[in-house]
Amino acid sequence: MRLRSRTLRRAGLNALGVLVALVTLFPIFWMVSTAFKPATEIYSLTPHPLPAHPTLGNFRSVIDGKVIGLPYWNFLKNSLFVTLVSVAASTLLALLAAIAVARFRFRFRTSYLIMLLIVQMLPQQAMVIALFLDFRSLGLLDNLAGLILVYTAFSLPVTIWMLRNFVAAVPREMEEAAAIDGAGPVRIFWRIMLPLVAPGLVATSVFAFIFAWNEFIFALTFLGTDYAKYTLPIYVTYFYGRGTVDWGSIMAASTLFTIPVMAFFLIVQRRMTGGLVAGAVKG
Amino acid sequence: MVRTVSGQPGRIPGSDDPASPAGPAGRRSPAYRSGRGAGQRAAAFIRRHHLTPYVLLLPSAIAIGLLLFWPTVQIAEFSFQNYGLPQLTGQAPTQWAGGANFSTILTDPEFWLSLRISLIFAAVVVPLTLLTGTLVGLLLNRLGPKMAAFVSSTAMLAWATPAVAASVIFIWLSDPDGGVVDWALSRLPSWLGGGAHWVGFSWTNAALPAYTLLTVLVVWQGFPFVAVAVLAGLKTIPAELHESARVDGGGAWRIFWRITYPLLKPIFLVLLLLSIIWDFGVFTQAYLVTGELGNRDEYNLGIYAYDRAFTMPPSYGVGSALALILTVILLIITVGYVRASVRQGAIE
Repeated sequence: MRLRSRTLRRAGLNALGVLVALVTLFPIFWMVSTAFKPATEIYSLTPHPLPAHPTLGNFRSVIDGKVIGLPYWNFLKNSLFVTLVSVAASTLLALLAAIAVARFRFRFRTSYLIMLLIVQMLPQQAMVIALFLDFRSLGLLDNLAGLILVYTAFSLPVTIWMLRNFVAAVPREMEEAAAIDGAGPVRIFWRIMLPLVAPGLVATSVFAFIFAWNEFIFALTFLGTDYAKYTLPIYVTYFYGRGTVDWGSIMAASTLFTIPVMAFFLIVQRRMTGGLVAGAVKG
Repeated sequence: MVRTVSGQPGRIPGSDDPASPAGPAGRRSPAYRSGRGAGQRAAAFIRRHHLTPYVLLLPSAIAIGLLLFWPTVQIAEFSFQNYGLPQLTGQAPTQWAGGANFSTILTDPEFWLSLRISLIFAAVVVPLTLLTGTLVGLLLNRLGPKMAAFVSSTAMLAWATPAVAASVIFIWLSDPDGGVVDWALSRLPSWLGGGAHWVGFSWTNAALPAYTLLTVLVVWQGFPFVAVAVLAGLKTIPAELHESARVDGGGAWRIFWRITYPLLKPIFLVLLLLSIIWDFGVFTQAYLVTGELGNRDEYNLGIYAYDRAFTMPPSYGVGSALALILTVILLIITVGYVRASVRQGAIE
């Protein structure tokens, strides 16, 4: 009797789990499914979950650039350039700062950490006004370099915060042992610190990657009317709200745009919360 | 005074070692005077005055200072100036305007409308996100390992969906021509509120339906973070605690409020404050769902500030004043967030 009610409860919980998973997946499923549908099925009066006649036409028109006059690769290239350079720069700066706050006690250390928590919460739609005016006078509008500067700086608070825990986890004894064996600071950094914080560097650079890859407000404001400079988020929204909306192409474009982020996210899913809740969850 | 964590004077271990390439600081051989000598002397100076942590912090501090801190100061400055198109192009000088921008704002019904929309939206979405996330977190904790991994992976995918992609997906789902939401609602039995009047219903033409859609969208994107954080907290509660409570005959509801909630209160506090900050300031999704700029009765505070600053004719002064109001509101909540984080030992 007792066993039976436990089996029932387990089945109920599993059913609930499946329901949550299906509801959660539905919008993503619908995006991918629409991307493979021909126009007649997209605008049909009774929508079907799966395309009856799957087509690559939407992807082809995105990749050939039928909609905007430039091929997808152009925007992919912009996004990759901006993202990779800003990830490299912010990871490097964050590593230096993380070593400072994790390995040294100094005046302003606590103030610096608290400052990081605060600036991380500043609203981007407020700062974009001042940065637009600054970058205009510096000639950095319609310029991917401007975005790189902004993305590097804006991902720093979280990346420093995340990396600091990884640096603190490197056993000090190992560094001291190497020092006794005659290794200098540079050698200790390359041979001990770097290999041991490498997993942390992966996690933080994935965070910085996702931030830069997804960023919308600054790209929208800085990139103006020069289509060729658009990054992918601006490209995806370009189709939308301009006369007749070609949902097949939009869904194909946003599928191509979303997949890399999802792949990265699943790789580092456990580490994402740690940095974001900033100490609230101690695993 | 610079101290390392272990109490040694500030130095990278091994940096004073005679075998290190830097060499002893006091050596005065001619080879060290020229060329490489400057670098050597700088390194020695940094070590002698315990400046290493400051040197390491300098690059990130400059980046944050110039690109995050300085713009915020500028926003405060511009909000008291008559900064507009003539000032931008140099046809007229920028002048101090006193509180003129703020009195423009405070007498503007659109400002109060946008503030109300932001407040109501946060008041609805924050509890909904926390509730959904907590329930899913509790569910994940009860599921078997395989099922839990499956459900949390799907939640991860929702979380990972970029704001731009999530927005266009939800706009398409609720599209009046061919969207699946209107189709499903029109098929619902009338006692559930369904019916033919849903055919061709536009979700983005008025504030209430647009923000209803936005609520579903933001909860969908936001609940996985809460669920994962709650689950991580639940894992730290010893299983015996729950078991003994169950043996004592406590129901799930009682166990949650008597054991789980008190133990996870610090996590809930941080999640609450983070959610308020994010949802009060939501921009990308709101901007796209309300149809970019132009539907003025659907603006939240952030979009209104952006619109005043960038829609022709631009008024950077009024936009900055609005941005300053938004920033101050968020900073007040951030103070609570920082205090909660510090109290939990985030800064050891």
